Amino acid sequence: MNSSLSTQNDDGIKAIMLEIQNQLRSRTSDSTKIGPQTNITRDLGLDSLAIMDFIFDLEDSFDISIPMERIAEVQTISDLAQAIAILQKEAA
Amino acid sequence: MSSIFDKFASLQEQHAALTAAGKSPAEIRFDEIISPTEAMLDGKRTILMGTNNYLGMTFDEEAVDAAITALKTEGTGTTGSRIANGSYNGHEALEQELADFYGMRSAILFSTGYQANLGAISALAGRDDYLLIDADSHASIYDACRLSDAQVIRFRHNDPQNLARKLERLKDKPGNKLVVIESIYSMLGDMAPLKEFIEVKKKYGAYLLIDEAHSLGVMGEKGRGLCEHEGAESDIDFVTGTFSKSIGTVGGFLVSDLPGMDIIRFVSRPYMFTASPPPSVVASARKTLSRIAGASALRKKLWENAAQLYNGLQAAGFELGPTLSPIVAIRLKDAEKAITLWNGLLEAGVYTNLALPPATPFGWYLLRSSISAAHTPEQIALAVEVCTKIGLELGLTTLSNSNKANGAALNGASPSPSSASTEATDTAQPEADEPAARV
Ligand SMILES: Cc1ncc(COP(=O)(O)O)c(C=O)c1O
Repeated sequence: MNSSLSTQNDDGIKAIMLEIQNQLRSRTSDSTKIGPQTNITRDLGLDSLAIMDFIFDLEDSFDISIPMERIAEVQTISDLAQAIAILQKEAA
Repeated sequence: MSSIFDKFASLQEQHAALTAAGKSPAEIRFDEIISPTEAMLDGKRTILMGTNNYLGMTFDEEAVDAAITALKTEGTGTTGSRIANGSYNGHEALEQELADFYGMRSAILFSTGYQANLGAISALAGRDDYLLIDADSHASIYDACRLSDAQVIRFRHNDPQNLARKLERLKDKPGNKLVVIESIYSMLGDMAPLKEFIEVKKKYGAYLLIDEAHSLGVMGEKGRGLCEHEGAESDIDFVTGTFSKSIGTVGGFLVSDLPGMDIIRFVSRPYMFTASPPPSVVASARKTLSRIAGASALRKKLWENAAQLYNGLQAAGFELGPTLSPIVAIRLKDAEKAITLWNGLLEAGVYTNLALPPATPFGWYLLRSSISAAHTPEQIALAVEVCTKIGLELGLTTLSNSNKANGAALNGASPSPSSASTEATDTAQPEADEPAARV
């Protein structure tokens, strides 16, 4: 997955990570650590419905649709950011 | 020692916690079925209020007789799929009758409603197509997506604008877009904003499939469901449905007015690789289906009954689903109270369904009941009374028991609408014989 994203996209990924973290702040407890390797289903204390809602909000803010197959491949915040970057590129 | 079941350890724990307070909702065993609305459970006569038996057809004499005749003349089963082992006359007759009932060109019979969704959706949406499904879709629709080669995109529940944004993003992509919605959603009894969905699907040239599982026989002058009720049948591409609710037996179907649908029989694995419905089931389904169009008196009774339960519980101060429908669900935040209420009702001789997250919207615990035209006002009054009494004990309702008797509208006097749902409690009191408009 990484090879398709050259280093010049790193800033893009950082911006995406920032938005993901913003979206998660309001949904998780203050003590929850949110980093690139945070596992979305395991570490955030969110149930599947909360995660679905979180994904819907991300779709709105990035103006993309994240197909269910892609969501299934995502485990960490970093995976999610990469997937969003690819979808943005595909949509452009 | 490790076991192949180890991965279910947390589920086991959950289940144990659930059953510690009484019975397991998933392990109820009826000793005797007395009628569409009563059964013996642990030696106690129990009112059935969670069966989806909307028109009370399970003991319909003509349907039972038709099944017995078919059993005697054609045997207990077909022992194979129609593709491999051939069709019986009844299969084809039932398909023709379904097509005629809906006024559409063709119908395909499946062995269950689950398989109808699985088989229809997975076959209709192929490799280069897009499936757009409502987030609150039934498991059969989600599973169909897994079986399909199409890309699957979810839209927010009952949100045509969210669907529109997603179709907009796909508008330059080749490939068909198939939108899947349900008429009445099985957990809360809320209904799809059909007209708005149709506008969106027309704008983007998408196909629309609607699962009328809970509205067949229940809505519309002739019982064809939400699409008939809304006068929108000509704008619908595909309807799926089941015989396991208002029709009182088992089986499912896909109907459409689009030419060429029969090819689905040769690509739909859930059609091809499972045995066809047995003759007795087909015979009772045909008999009951033939009566649906003329069953307006039963429908009227069903909606009156639903209104009695919905209004009674609402007056008692329970938080319910957003619209009156034959599915009446009490929304609870607290697992323990939900389990206590469900067990309390059972002890008082009223059987309902307990639905738990994640199968429920917003992570609610739902005490779900489905009303039947066969219920008596006395049965419903008893259910409301018992619910209210336990609700008061648990602090779930705020009103005194006496208030519920007049069934008066107490809109606005209900407990604060939950943050998750702004729509539930401030609606106008629904009319009994008219499916309420969505909020
Ligand atoms: C919306 C919906 N679709 C399909 C089904 C499946 O129907 P069946 O019981 O015939 O498999 C159900 C019932 O569980 C349902 O609620």
